[in-house]
Amino acid sequence: MPRYFTDEHEWIDVDGDNATVGITDYAQSQLGDIVFVELPETGSQVSKGKDAAVVESVKAASDVYAPITGEVLESNPALDDDPALVNSSPEDEGWFFKLAIADKAELEGLMDAAAYKAFCDSL
Amino acid sequence: MSSESETETEIQTLPLDAWHRGKGARMVPFAGYAMPIQYAADHGGGIVAEHEWTREHAGLFDVSHMGQLMVTGENAAAALETLVPGAIASLKPGRVRYTLLLNEDGGVIDDLMVTNATPWIDGDEETGTEGHWGEPAYYLVVNGATKWDDIGHLREHLPDDVTLTHMDEQALIALQGPQAAAALTRVMRGVPESLVFMQSTTHDFGEWPLRVTRSGYTGEDGFEISVPAEFAQGLADRLCAEIEVRPAGLGARDSLRLEAGLPLYGHDMDENIDPVSADLTFALTKKRRETGGWMGHEPVAKVLEQGPEQKRVGLILEGRLPAREGAEVFVGDRQVGRITSGGFSPTLGHPIAMAYIDADHTGEGTALEVAVRNKRLAAKVAPMPFVPHRYYRGS
Repeated sequence: MPRYFTDEHEWIDVDGDNATVGITDYAQSQLGDIVFVELPETGSQVSKGKDAAVVESVKAASDVYAPITGEVLESNPALDDDPALVNSSPEDEGWFFKLAIADKAELEGLMDAAAYKAFCDSL
Repeated sequence: MSSESETETEIQTLPLDAWHRGKGARMVPFAGYAMPIQYAADHGGGIVAEHEWTREHAGLFDVSHMGQLMVTGENAAAALETLVPGAIASLKPGRVRYTLLLNEDGGVIDDLMVTNATPWIDGDEETGTEGHWGEPAYYLVVNGATKWDDIGHLREHLPDDVTLTHMDEQALIALQGPQAAAALTRVMRGVPESLVFMQSTTHDFGEWPLRVTRSGYTGEDGFEISVPAEFAQGLADRLCAEIEVRPAGLGARDSLRLEAGLPLYGHDMDENIDPVSADLTFALTKKRRETGGWMGHEPVAKVLEQGPEQKRVGLILEGRLPAREGAEVFVGDRQVGRITSGGFSPTLGHPIAMAYIDADHTGEGTALEVAVRNKRLAAKVAPMPFVPHRYYRGS
Protein backbone atom coordinates (compact mmCIF):
# COMPACT_ATOMS: atom_id res chain seq x y z
CA MET A 1 0.00 0.00 0.00
CA PRO A 2 1.89 3.09 -1.17
CA ARG A 3 2.11 6.06 1.18
CA TYR A 4 2.54 9.61 -0.03
CA PHE A 5 3.25 12.87 1.79
CA THR A 6 2.43 16.54 1.23
CA ASP A 7 4.54 19.60 1.99
CA GLU A 8 1.81 20.51 4.54
CA HIS A 9 2.78 17.38 6.50
CA GLU A 10 -0.20 15.16 5.75
CA TRP A 11 0.25 11.50 4.80
CA ILE A 12 -2.05 9.48 2.54
CA ASP A 13 -2.18 5.69 2.19
CA VAL A 14 -3.64 4.58 -1.10
CA ASP A 15 -5.58 1.29 -1.19
CA GLY A 16 -7.18 0.78 -4.58
CA ASP A 17 -9.78 3.54 -5.09
CA ASN A 18 -9.75 4.59 -1.46
CA ALA A 19 -7.22 6.33 0.76
CA THR A 20 -6.56 7.03 4.44
CA VAL A 21 -5.30 10.46 5.53
CA GLY A 22 -3.50 11.66 8.66
CA ILE A 23 -0.77 14.04 9.77
CA THR A 24 2.87 13.11 10.07
CA ASP A 25 4.99 12.61 13.16
CA TYR A 26 6.82 15.81 12.26
CA ALA A 27 3.48 17.69 12.19
CA GLN A 28 2.34 16.39 15.57
CA SER A 29 5.70 17.25 17.14
CA GLN A 30 5.37 20.81 15.84
CA LEU A 31 1.77 21.16 17.04
CA GLY A 32 2.42 19.83 20.54
CA ASP A 33 -0.24 18.37 22.81
CA ILE A 34 -3.42 17.85 20.82
CA VAL A 35 -6.67 18.28 22.73
CA PHE A 36 -9.31 18.15 19.99
CA VAL A 37 -9.62 17.12 16.35
CA GLU A 38 -12.47 18.35 14.21
CA LEU A 39 -13.02 15.85 11.41
CA PRO A 40 -15.03 16.10 8.17
CA GLU A 41 -18.42 14.44 8.10
CA THR A 42 -19.00 11.19 6.28
CA GLY A 43 -20.32 11.92 2.81
CA SER A 44 -18.79 15.39 2.63
CA GLN A 45 -16.46 16.40 -0.19
CA VAL A 46 -12.90 17.50 0.44
CA SER A 47 -10.77 19.22 -2.18
CA LYS A 48 -7.05 18.92 -2.77
CA GLY A 49 -5.19 21.59 -0.83
CA LYS A 50 -8.34 22.87 0.92
CA ASP A 51 -9.30 22.71 4.62
CA ALA A 52 -10.48 19.26 5.62
CA ALA A 53 -9.96 19.08 9.39
CA VAL A 54 -8.85 21.24 12.30
CA VAL A 55 -6.38 20.22 14.98
CA GLU A 56 -6.56 22.06 18.28
CA SER A 57 -3.44 21.89 20.38
CA VAL A 58 -3.05 23.52 23.78
CA LYS A 59 -1.33 26.30 21.87
CA ALA A 60 -3.49 27.00 18.83
CA ALA A 61 -5.88 25.77 16.17
CA SER A 62 -4.31 24.49 12.93
CA ASP A 63 -5.93 23.55 9.63
CA VAL A 64 -5.32 20.19 8.04
CA TYR A 65 -5.63 20.11 4.24
CA ALA A 66 -6.89 17.34 2.01
CA PRO A 67 -3.95 15.86 0.06
CA ILE A 68 -6.32 14.99 -2.81
CA THR A 69 -9.96 15.50 -3.74
CA GLY A 70 -12.58 12.94 -2.74
CA GLU A 71 -15.64 11.97 -0.76
CA VAL A 72 -15.19 11.25 2.92
CA LEU A 73 -16.10 7.63 3.69
CA GLU A 74 -15.32 7.60 7.41
CA SER A 75 -13.69 9.72 10.09
CA ASN A 76 -11.63 8.12 12.86
CA PRO A 77 -14.07 7.70 15.78
CA ALA A 78 -11.20 7.02 18.21
CA LEU A 79 -10.07 10.66 17.98
CA ASP A 80 -13.31 11.86 19.61
CA ASP A 81 -12.43 10.16 22.87
CA ASP A 82 -8.67 10.28 22.63
CA PRO A 83 -7.33 13.11 20.45
CA ALA A 84 -3.88 12.52 21.96
CA LEU A 85 -3.67 9.45 19.68
CA VAL A 86 -2.48 11.94 17.07
CA ASN A 87 0.55 12.60 19.30
CA SER A 88 1.20 9.00 20.32
CA SER A 89 0.47 7.26 17.01
CA PRO A 90 0.22 9.92 14.28
CA GLU A 91 0.92 7.66 11.33
CA ASP A 92 -1.15 4.66 12.45
CA GLU A 93 -3.93 4.73 15.08
CA GLY A 94 -4.21 8.51 14.89
CA TRP A 95 -5.47 8.55 11.27
CA PHE A 96 -8.00 11.30 10.44
CA PHE A 97 -10.34 10.13 7.66
CA LYS A 98 -10.77 7.75 4.74
CA LEU A 99 -11.91 8.98 1.36
CA ALA A 100 -12.93 7.73 -2.08
CA ILE A 101 -10.33 9.08 -4.49
CA ALA A 102 -11.87 11.33 -7.15
CA ASP A 103 -8.86 11.54 -9.46
CA LYS A 104 -5.77 9.37 -9.07
CA ALA A 105 -3.78 11.79 -11.19
CA GLU A 106 -3.76 14.11 -8.17
CA LEU A 107 -1.39 11.67 -6.44
CA GLU A 108 1.31 12.69 -8.85
CA GLY A 109 3.48 15.35 -7.36
CA LEU A 110 3.10 14.08 -3.79
CA MET A 111 6.28 12.96 -2.05
CA ASP A 112 7.30 9.43 -1.18
CA ALA A 113 8.81 8.62 2.21
CA ALA A 114 12.39 9.34 1.16
CA ALA A 115 11.49 12.67 -0.46
CA TYR A 116 9.42 13.69 2.55
CA LYS A 117 12.25 12.86 4.95
CA ALA A 118 14.64 14.98 2.87
CA PHE A 119 12.00 17.76 2.88
CA CYS A 120 11.71 17.69 6.71
CA ASP A 121 15.49 17.62 7.10
CA SER A 122 15.67 20.79 5.01
CA LEU A 123 13.26 22.67 7.32
CA MET B 1 -0.79 30.45 22.54
CA SER B 2 -2.69 33.59 21.94
CA SER B 3 0.13 36.06 22.14
CA GLU B 4 0.92 38.06 19.06
CA SER B 5 4.39 38.11 17.71
CA GLU B 6 6.01 41.32 16.56
CA THR B 7 7.59 40.55 13.26
CA GLU B 8 7.79 44.13 12.06
CA THR B 9 10.60 45.02 14.45
CA GLU B 10 13.98 43.41 14.72
CA ILE B 11 13.88 40.45 17.08
CA GLN B 12 16.35 40.82 19.93
CA THR B 13 17.90 38.13 22.06
CA LEU B 14 17.78 37.89 25.85
CA PRO B 15 20.63 36.90 28.21
CA LEU B 16 19.47 33.27 28.45
CA ASP B 17 19.05 32.77 24.68
CA ALA B 18 21.84 30.19 24.33
CA TRP B 19 20.74 28.46 27.54
CA HIS B 20 17.23 27.94 26.12
CA ARG B 21 18.54 26.66 22.79
CA GLY B 22 20.81 24.25 24.63
CA LYS B 23 17.68 22.72 26.16
CA GLY B 24 16.06 22.28 22.79
CA ALA B 25 13.70 25.22 23.20
CA ARG B 26 11.52 26.23 20.29
CA MET B 27 12.07 29.98 20.11
CA VAL B 28 9.33 32.36 18.96
CA PRO B 29 9.19 36.15 18.69
CA PHE B 30 7.37 37.67 21.67
CA ALA B 31 7.36 41.32 22.78
CA GLY B 32 10.24 41.94 20.37
CA TYR B 33 12.44 39.16 21.76
CA ALA B 34 13.19 35.57 20.84
CA MET B 35 11.55 33.63 23.68
CA PRO B 36 11.17 29.90 24.42
CA ILE B 37 7.61 28.70 23.87
CA GLN B 38 8.45 25.15 25.00
CA TYR B 39 11.43 22.87 25.50
CA ALA B 40 12.35 19.60 23.82
CA ALA B 41 10.71 16.41 25.05
CA ASP B 42 14.08 14.94 26.14
CA HIS B 43 14.38 17.85 28.58
CA GLY B 44 10.94 17.09 30.03
CA GLY B 45 9.44 19.64 27.66
CA GLY B 46 6.11 20.13 25.91
CA ILE B 47 3.48 22.62 26.97
CA VAL B 48 1.34 20.17 28.95
CA ALA B 49 4.36 18.45 30.53
CA GLU B 50 5.81 21.82 31.59
CA HIS B 51 2.41 22.98 32.83
CA GLU B 52 1.88 19.85 34.92
CA TRP B 53 5.46 19.89 36.20
CA THR B 54 4.95 23.46 37.42
CA ARG B 55 1.65 22.57 39.15
CA GLU B 56 3.27 19.58 40.88
CA HIS B 57 6.93 20.57 41.31
CA ALA B 58 8.61 23.79 40.12
CA GLY B 59 9.01 25.40 36.70
CA LEU B 60 11.74 27.90 35.84
CA PHE B 61 10.54 30.67 33.50
CA ASP B 62 12.74 33.25 31.82
CA VAL B 63 10.78 36.49 31.95
CA SER B 64 13.70 38.77 31.15
CA HIS B 65 11.63 40.45 28.44
CA MET B 66 9.70 42.25 31.17
CA GLY B 67 10.66 45.81 32.03
CA GLN B 68 12.44 46.36 35.34
CA LEU B 69 12.40 49.98 36.43
CA MET B 70 13.53 51.84 39.55
CA VAL B 71 11.85 55.06 40.63
CA THR B 72 13.84 56.95 43.28
CA GLY B 73 13.62 60.23 45.14
CA GLU B 74 12.18 61.71 48.34
CA ASN B 75 8.89 62.33 46.49
CA ALA B 76 8.84 59.04 44.57
CA ALA B 77 5.80 57.58 46.35
CA ALA B 78 3.70 60.71 46.02
CA ALA B 79 4.68 61.05 42.36
CA LEU B 80 3.79 57.43 41.58
CA GLU B 81 0.45 57.87 43.34
CA THR B 82 -0.52 60.48 40.75
CA LEU B 83 -0.19 57.79 38.04
CA VAL B 84 -1.54 54.62 39.69
CA PRO B 85 -4.78 53.96 41.64
CA GLY B 86 -3.03 51.88 44.32
CA ALA B 87 -1.64 53.16 47.62
CA ILE B 88 2.13 53.49 47.31
CA ALA B 89 2.95 55.87 50.17
CA SER B 90 1.65 53.35 52.72
CA LEU B 91 3.53 50.43 51.14
CA LYS B 92 6.20 49.39 53.65
CA PRO B 93 9.78 48.56 52.60
CA GLY B 94 9.93 45.01 51.27
CA ARG B 95 6.22 44.92 50.40
CA VAL B 96 4.83 44.43 46.91
CA ARG B 97 1.59 45.68 45.38
CA TYR B 98 -0.14 44.92 42.07
CA THR B 99 -1.30 48.13 40.43
CA LEU B 100 -2.12 49.76 37.10
CA LEU B 101 -0.95 52.62 34.93
CA LEU B 102 -4.08 54.38 33.69
CA ASN B 103 -4.53 57.04 31.01
CA GLU B 104 -6.70 60.18 31.27
CA ASP B 105 -9.74 58.21 30.08
CA GLY B 106 -9.26 55.55 32.75
CA GLY B 107 -7.97 52.98 30.24
CA VAL B 108 -5.28 50.56 31.32
CA ILE B 109 -1.85 51.46 29.88
CA ASP B 110 -0.27 48.53 31.71
CA ASP B 111 -0.48 46.39 34.81
CA LEU B 112 2.57 46.14 37.01
CA MET B 113 4.11 45.12 40.31
CA VAL B 114 5.47 47.85 42.57
CA THR B 115 7.91 46.95 45.36
CA ASN B 116 9.05 49.38 48.02
CA ALA B 117 12.79 48.78 47.51
CA THR B 118 13.98 51.52 49.84
CA PRO B 119 17.34 50.34 51.22
CA TRP B 120 18.12 50.05 54.92
CA ILE B 121 21.37 51.82 55.79
CA ASP B 122 23.14 50.12 58.70
CA GLY B 123 24.28 52.25 61.60
CA ASP B 124 27.88 52.58 62.65
CA GLU B 125 28.64 52.18 66.37
CA GLU B 126 32.02 53.85 66.11
CA THR B 127 30.71 57.07 64.65
CA GLY B 128 27.47 56.75 66.60
CA THR B 129 25.21 56.95 63.55
CA GLU B 130 22.02 54.96 63.83
CA GLY B 131 20.59 52.68 61.19
CA HIS B 132 18.02 54.37 58.96
CA TRP B 133 16.11 54.04 55.70
CA GLY B 134 17.89 55.40 52.64
CA GLU B 135 16.44 57.35 49.74
CA PRO B 136 12.96 56.05 48.86
CA ALA B 137 13.11 53.62 45.94
CA TYR B 138 10.33 51.75 44.12
CA TYR B 139 11.06 48.75 41.91
CA LEU B 140 8.55 48.32 39.09
CA VAL B 141 8.09 45.24 36.92
CA VAL B 142 6.06 46.01 33.79
CA ASN B 143 5.05 44.02 30.72
CA GLY B 144 7.65 43.45 28.02
CA ALA B 145 5.48 44.53 25.11
CA THR B 146 4.52 47.81 26.79
CA LYS B 147 7.71 48.76 28.63
CA TRP B 148 8.87 51.41 26.15
CA ASP B 149 5.49 53.16 26.23
CA ASP B 150 5.47 52.88 30.03
CA ILE B 151 8.90 54.49 30.26
CA GLY B 152 7.73 57.31 27.98
CA HIS B 153 4.59 57.81 30.06
CA LEU B 154 6.54 57.83 33.35
CA ARG B 155 9.22 60.18 32.02
CA GLU B 156 6.54 62.57 30.81
CA HIS B 157 4.62 62.67 34.08
CA LEU B 158 7.13 62.11 36.89
CA PRO B 159 8.52 65.38 38.30
CA ASP B 160 12.17 66.30 37.80
CA ASP B 161 13.17 65.48 41.39
CA VAL B 162 12.17 61.83 40.86
CA THR B 163 14.58 59.62 38.92
CA LEU B 164 13.50 56.79 36.62
CA THR B 165 16.08 54.11 35.82
CA HIS B 166 15.52 51.36 33.27
CA MET B 167 17.39 48.35 34.69
CA ASP B 168 18.03 46.92 31.24
CA GLU B 169 21.11 45.01 32.38
CA GLN B 170 18.97 42.80 34.63
CA ALA B 171 17.48 39.44 33.74
CA LEU B 172 14.37 38.13 35.51
CA ILE B 173 13.83 34.47 36.37
CA ALA B 174 10.57 33.14 37.82
CA LEU B 175 10.62 29.93 39.84
CA GLN B 176 7.03 28.76 40.25
CA GLY B 177 5.35 25.77 41.84
CA PRO B 178 4.59 24.07 45.15
CA GLN B 179 8.21 22.88 45.45
CA ALA B 180 9.78 26.22 44.48
CA ALA B 181 10.50 27.17 48.10
CA ALA B 182 12.04 23.78 48.90
CA ALA B 183 14.34 24.04 45.91
CA LEU B 184 15.26 27.67 46.48
CA THR B 185 16.09 27.23 50.15
CA ARG B 186 18.64 24.57 49.25
CA VAL B 187 20.30 27.12 46.96
CA MET B 188 19.83 30.19 49.16
CA ARG B 189 19.37 29.11 52.73
CA GLY B 190 16.85 31.18 54.65
CA VAL B 191 15.70 33.36 51.75
CA PRO B 192 12.32 31.71 51.02
CA GLU B 193 11.58 31.51 54.75
CA SER B 194 12.07 35.27 55.09
CA LEU B 195 9.27 36.03 52.62
CA VAL B 196 5.54 35.48 52.28
CA PHE B 197 3.47 36.19 49.17
CA MET B 198 4.01 39.76 47.93
CA GLN B 199 7.18 40.39 49.89
CA SER B 200 10.58 41.14 48.44
CA THR B 201 14.19 41.27 49.62
CA THR B 202 17.69 41.77 48.30
CA HIS B 203 20.13 38.89 48.67
CA ASP B 204 23.81 38.64 47.84
CA PHE B 205 24.33 35.15 46.46
CA GLY B 206 28.11 35.02 46.51
CA GLU B 207 29.03 37.88 44.21
CA TRP B 208 25.63 38.02 42.57
CA PRO B 209 23.40 40.79 43.91
CA LEU B 210 19.83 39.50 43.60
CA ARG B 211 16.35 40.76 44.35
CA VAL B 212 14.03 37.93 45.34
CA THR B 213 10.27 38.51 45.39
CA ARG B 214 7.66 35.96 46.43
CA SER B 215 5.18 36.43 43.59
CA GLY B 216 4.38 35.11 40.16
CA TYR B 217 1.94 34.57 37.33
CA THR B 218 0.93 30.93 37.69
CA GLY B 219 -1.30 30.91 40.78
CA GLU B 220 1.32 28.81 42.56
CA ASP B 221 3.71 29.73 45.33
CA GLY B 222 6.93 30.98 43.80
CA PHE B 223 9.61 33.58 43.38
CA GLU B 224 10.78 36.10 40.85
CA ILE B 225 14.52 36.70 40.94
CA SER B 226 16.11 39.76 39.39
CA VAL B 227 19.74 39.04 38.50
CA PRO B 228 22.41 40.95 36.56
CA ALA B 229 22.35 39.64 32.97
CA GLU B 230 25.94 38.33 33.18
CA PHE B 231 25.00 35.96 36.03
CA ALA B 232 21.62 34.86 34.66
CA GLN B 233 22.88 31.66 33.10
CA GLY B 234 24.74 30.69 36.25
CA LEU B 235 21.63 31.22 38.33
CA ALA B 236 19.40 29.32 35.88
CA ASP B 237 21.83 26.37 35.91
CA ARG B 238 22.10 26.46 39.69
CA LEU B 239 18.29 26.36 40.08
CA CYS B 240 17.77 23.71 37.42
CA ALA B 241 20.32 21.51 39.19
CA GLU B 242 17.68 21.00 41.89
CA ILE B 243 15.62 17.87 41.36
CA GLU B 244 12.31 19.77 41.61
CA VAL B 245 13.12 22.33 38.91
CA ARG B 246 12.68 22.10 35.15
CA PRO B 247 12.53 24.89 32.57
CA ALA B 248 9.07 25.94 31.38
CA GLY B 249 8.24 28.13 28.40
CA LEU B 250 5.74 30.77 27.37
CA GLY B 251 3.18 28.16 26.34
CA ALA B 252 2.90 26.76 29.87
CA ARG B 253 3.07 30.25 31.33
CA ASP B 254 -0.02 31.17 29.30
CA SER B 255 -2.04 28.08 30.20
CA LEU B 256 -1.05 28.40 33.88
CA ARG B 257 -2.02 32.06 34.16
CA LEU B 258 -5.31 31.37 32.35
CA GLU B 259 -6.19 28.65 34.87
CA ALA B 260 -5.22 31.09 37.65
CA GLY B 261 -7.65 33.67 36.22
CA LEU B 262 -4.86 36.21 35.77
CA PRO B 263 -5.43 38.60 32.87
CA LEU B 264 -2.83 39.09 30.12
CA TYR B 265 -2.21 42.69 29.11
CA GLY B 266 -3.00 43.43 25.47
CA HIS B 267 -5.52 40.59 25.39
CA ASP B 268 -7.68 40.67 28.52
CA MET B 269 -7.34 44.41 29.00
CA ASP B 270 -5.85 47.33 27.14
CA GLU B 271 -5.87 51.12 26.99
CA ASN B 272 -9.53 51.19 25.90
CA ILE B 273 -10.74 49.20 28.91
CA ASP B 274 -11.17 50.56 32.42
CA PRO B 275 -10.12 48.54 35.47
CA VAL B 276 -13.69 48.04 36.72
CA SER B 277 -14.78 46.38 33.47
CA ALA B 278 -11.55 44.35 33.57
CA ASP B 279 -12.56 43.04 37.03
CA LEU B 280 -9.46 44.64 38.54
CA THR B 281 -11.37 46.79 41.04
CA PHE B 282 -9.28 45.17 43.82
CA ALA B 283 -6.29 47.12 42.43
CA LEU B 284 -8.06 50.42 43.20
CA THR B 285 -7.12 51.07 46.82
CA LYS B 286 -10.44 51.69 48.63
CA LYS B 287 -9.56 55.02 50.17
CA ARG B 288 -8.12 56.34 46.92
CA ARG B 289 -11.35 55.51 45.03
CA GLU B 290 -12.88 58.49 46.88
CA THR B 291 -9.89 60.75 47.39
CA GLY B 292 -8.69 60.42 43.81
CA GLY B 293 -5.56 62.29 42.80
CA TRP B 294 -4.60 59.68 40.18
CA MET B 295 -4.79 59.86 36.43
CA GLY B 296 -8.08 58.48 35.14
CA HIS B 297 -9.85 58.78 38.50
CA GLU B 298 -12.88 60.66 37.24
CA PRO B 299 -13.91 58.30 34.42
CA VAL B 300 -13.12 55.25 36.57
CA ALA B 301 -15.17 56.63 39.49
CA LYS B 302 -18.08 57.02 37.09
CA VAL B 303 -17.88 53.36 36.05
CA LEU B 304 -17.61 52.35 39.72
CA GLU B 305 -20.78 54.28 40.48
CA GLN B 306 -22.83 53.28 37.45
CA GLY B 307 -21.44 49.78 36.97
CA PRO B 308 -19.66 48.60 33.82
CA GLU B 309 -21.52 47.82 30.58
CA GLN B 310 -19.39 44.72 30.06
CA LYS B 311 -17.29 42.77 32.50
CA ARG B 312 -14.40 40.33 32.27
CA VAL B 313 -15.62 36.94 33.48
CA GLY B 314 -14.52 33.33 33.35
CA LEU B 315 -16.23 30.78 31.09
CA ILE B 316 -16.20 27.00 31.30
CA LEU B 317 -16.97 25.29 28.01
CA GLU B 318 -18.65 21.93 27.50
CA GLY B 319 -16.83 19.32 25.46
CA ARG B 320 -13.18 19.45 24.47
CA LEU B 321 -13.07 22.04 21.69
CA PRO B 322 -11.33 25.20 22.95
CA ALA B 323 -12.56 28.68 22.02
CA ARG B 324 -9.78 31.17 21.35
CA GLU B 325 -9.34 34.92 21.54
CA GLY B 326 -11.87 36.69 19.33
CA ALA B 327 -14.60 34.03 19.48
CA GLU B 328 -18.04 35.64 19.79
CA VAL B 329 -20.35 34.81 22.68
CA PHE B 330 -24.11 34.58 22.27
CA VAL B 331 -27.40 34.30 24.13
CA GLY B 332 -29.72 32.95 21.46
CA ASP B 333 -29.19 35.16 18.40
CA ARG B 334 -27.86 38.10 20.37
CA GLN B 335 -24.13 38.61 20.68
CA VAL B 336 -23.37 39.46 24.30
CA GLY B 337 -19.60 39.40 24.28
CA ARG B 338 -16.28 38.17 23.02
CA ILE B 339 -13.53 35.87 24.29
CA THR B 340 -10.19 37.54 25.03
CA SER B 341 -8.19 34.48 26.17
CA GLY B 342 -9.10 30.86 25.81
CA GLY B 343 -7.62 27.44 25.71
CA PHE B 344 -7.67 23.92 27.00
CA SER B 345 -7.00 23.59 30.72
CA PRO B 346 -4.50 20.77 31.28
CA THR B 347 -5.30 20.69 35.01
CA LEU B 348 -9.09 20.54 34.59
CA GLY B 349 -9.25 18.58 31.34
CA HIS B 350 -11.71 20.90 29.60
CA PRO B 351 -11.62 24.26 27.80
CA ILE B 352 -11.72 27.52 29.78
CA ALA B 353 -11.77 31.14 28.70
CA MET B 354 -11.93 34.75 29.78
CA ALA B 355 -14.49 36.91 28.04
CA TYR B 356 -16.02 40.36 28.12
CA ILE B 357 -19.76 39.86 28.53
CA ASP B 358 -22.67 42.30 28.79
CA ALA B 359 -23.12 42.95 32.51
CA ASP B 360 -26.67 41.51 32.62
CA HIS B 361 -25.33 38.08 31.55
CA THR B 362 -22.39 37.82 33.95
CA GLY B 363 -24.06 36.05 36.88
CA GLU B 364 -22.30 32.87 37.95
CA GLY B 365 -23.74 29.89 36.10
CA THR B 366 -25.33 31.97 33.30
CA ALA B 367 -25.70 29.75 30.21
CA LEU B 368 -24.05 31.17 27.08
CA GLU B 369 -22.97 29.91 23.67
CA VAL B 370 -19.61 30.45 22.01
CA ALA B 371 -19.27 30.43 18.22
CA VAL B 372 -16.26 28.46 17.00
CA ARG B 373 -16.12 28.01 13.23
CA ASN B 374 -19.56 26.55 12.35
CA LYS B 375 -20.31 25.29 15.86
CA ARG B 376 -22.07 26.71 18.90
CA LEU B 377 -20.41 25.53 22.09
CA ALA B 378 -22.33 25.51 25.37
CA ALA B 379 -20.59 27.56 28.05
CA LYS B 380 -21.37 28.92 31.47
CA VAL B 381 -20.06 31.83 33.51
CA ALA B 382 -17.68 30.50 36.16
CA PRO B 383 -15.83 32.05 39.06
CA MET B 384 -12.10 32.65 38.69
CA PRO B 385 -9.53 31.41 39.45
CA PHE B 386 -10.45 28.20 37.63
CA VAL B 387 -7.69 26.43 39.57
CA PRO B 388 -7.31 27.67 43.16
CA HIS B 389 -4.35 29.90 43.99
CA ARG B 390 -1.80 28.36 46.35
CA TYR B 391 0.16 31.43 47.40
CA TYR B 392 2.20 31.17 50.60
CA ARG B 393 0.82 33.67 53.09
CA GLY B 394 2.55 32.32 56.20
CA SER B 395 2.00 29.30 58.38
